[in-house]
Amino acid sequence: MAKLLIKGGRVIDPASGLDRVTDVLIANSIVRKVGDNQHAPEAETIDATGLVVAPGFIDMHVHLREPGFVHAETIETGARAAAAGGFTTICCMPNTSPVNDSALVTRYIIERAQRDAVVNVFPIGAITKGSQGEELASIGGMKRAGIVAISDDGRPVMNSRVMRRAMETAAALDLPVIDHCEDLNLSAGGDMHEALRCVELGLRGIPSCSEDVMVARDIILAEVTGARFHVAHLSTRGAVDMVKQAKQRGLPVTCEVSPHHFTLCDSEIVPYDSNFKMRPPIRCTHDVDACLEGIIDGTVDALATDHAPHAGSEKMQEFEKCPFGILGLETAIGLSFARLVNNGLIPLKRMIELYTTGPANILKLNRGTLQAGSPGDVTILDPRRTWHYELAKSASKSRNSPFDGWQFQGGPTHTIVSGKVVWRAS
Amino acid sequence: MGKTGSVRGLLGIQDLPRTEIEAILERAKFFQTPQQRGTALTGRMIVNLFFEASTRTRVSFEIAARRLGADAISITASGSSVSKGESLVDTLATLAAMRPDAIVMRHAASGAPHFLARHLDIPIINAGDGTHEHPTQALLDARTILDHRPTLEGLRVAIIGDLAHSRVARSNIHLLSKFGASIVLCGPPTLLPKEMAQLAPGVTLTHDIREAIAGADVVMMLRVQLERQHEAPIAHSEYFGFFGLRAEHIPLAKNDVLVMHPGPINRGHEIASEVADSKQSVILNQVENGIAVRMAVLERVTAGGAA
Repeated sequence: MAKLLIKGGRVIDPASGLDRVTDVLIANSIVRKVGDNQHAPEAETIDATGLVVAPGFIDMHVHLREPGFVHAETIETGARAAAAGGFTTICCMPNTSPVNDSALVTRYIIERAQRDAVVNVFPIGAITKGSQGEELASIGGMKRAGIVAISDDGRPVMNSRVMRRAMETAAALDLPVIDHCEDLNLSAGGDMHEALRCVELGLRGIPSCSEDVMVARDIILAEVTGARFHVAHLSTRGAVDMVKQAKQRGLPVTCEVSPHHFTLCDSEIVPYDSNFKMRPPIRCTHDVDACLEGIIDGTVDALATDHAPHAGSEKMQEFEKCPFGILGLETAIGLSFARLVNNGLIPLKRMIELYTTGPANILKLNRGTLQAGSPGDVTILDPRRTWHYELAKSASKSRNSPFDGWQFQGGPTHTIVSGKVVWRAS
Repeated sequence: MGKTGSVRGLLGIQDLPRTEIEAILERAKFFQTPQQRGTALTGRMIVNLFFEASTRTRVSFEIAARRLGADAISITASGSSVSKGESLVDTLATLAAMRPDAIVMRHAASGAPHFLARHLDIPIINAGDGTHEHPTQALLDARTILDHRPTLEGLRVAIIGDLAHSRVARSNIHLLSKFGASIVLCGPPTLLPKEMAQLAPGVTLTHDIREAIAGADVVMMLRVQLERQHEAPIAHSEYFGFFGLRAEHIPLAKNDVLVMHPGPINRGHEIASEVADSKQSVILNQVENGIAVRMAVLERVTAGGAA
């Protein structure tokens, strides 16, 4: 029976409220015991003195590109990037080819992941067939096959009637509905946040209101249907306010924010550099500040990367032709330390919560804690470690990130999945 | 020319220093005499790469290059490898391998020349990129105004029409602002984003054409670029009534007002025929000055990019 003993680290487990220096013993892929002075001579031992031992981090929003776009990423490379970024669990969006809209595709992804992935992979199913926004996908079958949520991420359901039906179905199946909230008519043709910078560069805008109207619609539909509604990569002040109000009214509404949205604002983007092109776009300080406020006051439930690999050739085009999205798995923790923890906005415990219990509760994953009996997934952090992100050495197959060369203080040192070290900092 | 040492060529007015603009305008004055030729570009090769249809700008650059003794080659997108699915970078890299001395580029995508300038080592002159900038147009407009006024400083310039989609307007706003002109932008709300007031110092906005023209030294009219829009921002039949320049407006401006238009003009839509042909109109002077200004630009860029 393989054992792993993590000794002398500061164990922070938001789910149990634990925060003290102690030992964690994992045996047979399961957390066996958290407690002082443990001895297990036969176990592999990690000296975690000076380090922070946290439940395995969960990224509930990634794109793994397999099946269909394996030139940009595979389940294997995406999972390795996740491990290198300190994540033990990732949830992959359904916009593959074919779209994950049936149990068949769901099972394919799960089987591939079991064979190729060094971290846990949970698929998210499509809301509609082919994510075309018209006919509901085989949601029940996918649920049985193992999806943890439904979403037409990237191709939001515009027809409110279809969304209502989807929420009714999801409520009955106890699946959360994750929406990429964007009114595609309001944002049509847009390439970046609609504001001065966009007017100056002669690009078409993606206005904040295109996100706000859909968040409003979905909250209304969630209330009507009783569905659990989750806002993907929330980016506007209006959306933060609405989610906050919905929570105050007791609705099961949750949201996530992506590290690039709390890190960058539109005045900082390099003109026409597609490494700064994503949806929702990098917004202005007014919106960035609102995201930070939501992270501080608890409105934001989770941080998620929206890791979106694109092959180099796809990014070597006119800005308006380039696809949306950037890599995120390997920089998320570094950016979180830099913009949230090191400057005192939130305590480290809150950051850990946003990557563990936050997403685990939304998706009912039954992980994200170190309590005895939980899966043996651990992320070990060194808040003092200085490192820089070297894009050329990324484990991802793609190279689209605006954070190449960024210096960070604080990052993961070990990624442990089911008691096995799958990545350690060099 | 360019903002940084690594970028040669002419990508836009926004980052171009005032002294550089003055030097080009001064040199263009020298080239205004039609018989004025130069030998500065003898043996040089200029490639005009037009990914978007254009007659006046392309011909103007061709004439300018030839008057300076250069070999000018024009390529239009429809006849090139672009239509065979080659990516922009590959097309340009192929051309760059033939070692032209400069590439003059027109493209429908904003920032296309800026993107290429980061990947290629050949000076690029922006002949209009999407809805972003059209630097030589602003330079020739300034040259035209200065043929009739001693200075740009303190002038009141009204720019009227589809501001949102106008690269000409953006370049003119940056140039005129650098020289202390006051700029009034006027158009229907959808075509006049409120953020434009912050593009440069001295810019104000109005939706009332009479207010825009009142006391103006210069009135620049812009075409409504329907091809760049999702829907008509204002009923086509109403446009002329609210935003078209008509003879009755002229007395509101200064006596010696200059009426300008970058072309192509749509008579009876944004400008009345009689105004386009009136004595106040300098529309054809603009076209003429285009050659002189582009000669000055080509000379500077191929001389190694002075700034």
